[in-house]
Amino acid sequence: MTRTEKEYDDIPGSFVFDQERSRRGYGINMFCMSLMKDENRKAFKANEAEYLKKFPLTPEQTQAILKRDYNRMLELGGNIYFTAKLGATDGHSFQHLAAVMTGSTQEDYAKMMLAGGRSVEGNRSKSGKHDPKSKAKARKR
Amino acid sequence: MARIIAGATSSHVPAIGAAIDNNRTHEPYWQRVFSGFDKSKEWFAKTKPDVVIGVYNDHASAFSVEIVPTFALGCAAEFPPADEGWGPRKVPVVKGYPDLAAHIAQSVILDEFDLTICNKMEVDHGLTVPMNLMMGTSNGGWPCPVIPLAVNVVLYPPPTAHRCFMLGRAIRKAVDSYPQDLRVVIFGTGGMSHQISGPRAGLINSKFDKSFLDNLARDPKKLTKIKHVDLMREAGLEGIELVMWLVMRGALDDKVNEVYRFYTVPASNTAVGHIILENKPKSAGGKSSKSKASKKKAKGKKKK
Repeated sequence: MTRTEKEYDDIPGSFVFDQERSRRGYGINMFCMSLMKDENRKAFKANEAEYLKKFPLTPEQTQAILKRDYNRMLELGGNIYFTAKLGATDGHSFQHLAAVMTGSTQEDYAKMMLAGGRSVEGNRSKSGKHDPKSKAKARKR
Repeated sequence: MARIIAGATSSHVPAIGAAIDNNRTHEPYWQRVFSGFDKSKEWFAKTKPDVVIGVYNDHASAFSVEIVPTFALGCAAEFPPADEGWGPRKVPVVKGYPDLAAHIAQSVILDEFDLTICNKMEVDHGLTVPMNLMMGTSNGGWPCPVIPLAVNVVLYPPPTAHRCFMLGRAIRKAVDSYPQDLRVVIFGTGGMSHQISGPRAGLINSKFDKSFLDNLARDPKKLTKIKHVDLMREAGLEGIELVMWLVMRGALDDKVNEVYRFYTVPASNTAVGHIILENKPKSAGGKSSKSKASKKKAKGKKKK
């Protein structure tokens, strides 16, 4: 289950949904997909742990779902368009999920968006090699 | 002969659909977004295309993780709105155009674009929100048939920007060879910059978006060189949807008239971008939708 390093792994705070993650998170995403049906939403809400047994999930994936740890779900192979269905089942707006994933309150997150969103400056790469200053330096060399 | 007369691109934020469905469009927050599309609706009503090709992406509605087609063409007679987790949007069923869709499929596949054919498909907000923005709320039915073309941008990697552009070229060729007189408009949807997943969610890059709009109008070939990793870094992971705009652009002439542009931040978590581009009317006779206003605008721009 070790992940081979990808160029895009250098983008901070991001889990790119590639085939490696998709394969690993198949159970998470198929579970979320099942929530598109009202009868399934009701069955899940009635007994979450029991309902989850129907899907091929690892114990850590099950825990992430039960705890609504959205970042962990992404890390373990969930995709946001799928996990958003879980948020909707809980009756949450998307901004609620965004706030959870960014460790913010919904109010602060909404304020940040109204003020123009999160700046790309300082958020391009973990290594720092993609911020404009270091690019300029590299060109000079 | 059929021909593509214009293209338009627009974001397809689900919250825009929710604002329409819950009658919240008059609220100041939403007015800022919707007022930007008043002119677009006028333009669409005046242009009256016979058919629209809608390039969009499915968001885990028609396609889950079981089957992920890179390009899927809707060849059915109709496409019902999908239940995206809170009941299907109360918008009319999207009517397709099976004959033209079949012609496009055949032409494009023989042109080496290996499309997936969908004879049954539900469509989600990715398609219906831009339709609302361009065509209105359309309670009595949409004004024209729409051929949906779903592009995978959910599972990495989506088709490259260049591949999308070249598919647009192939679609253009297909439409040009369709014997019936049809005026076709193509929509590219999604974007602009946004990231809705992970700790970096909320990312917006207006500088990138504006330059993307400029290049889309005047120098689209430049955009075909963008690498996915750069698109994700600059425009957010989900901003990679912008590759779909290049299918639209590839289907138009190299030189186009920019009729209208609109940009605002935010709608929910997303930068909303929108542009309408018209092919220049053919000089040798034929029906054309030339608009004096757009001609003037293009002239002014050339001088810069």
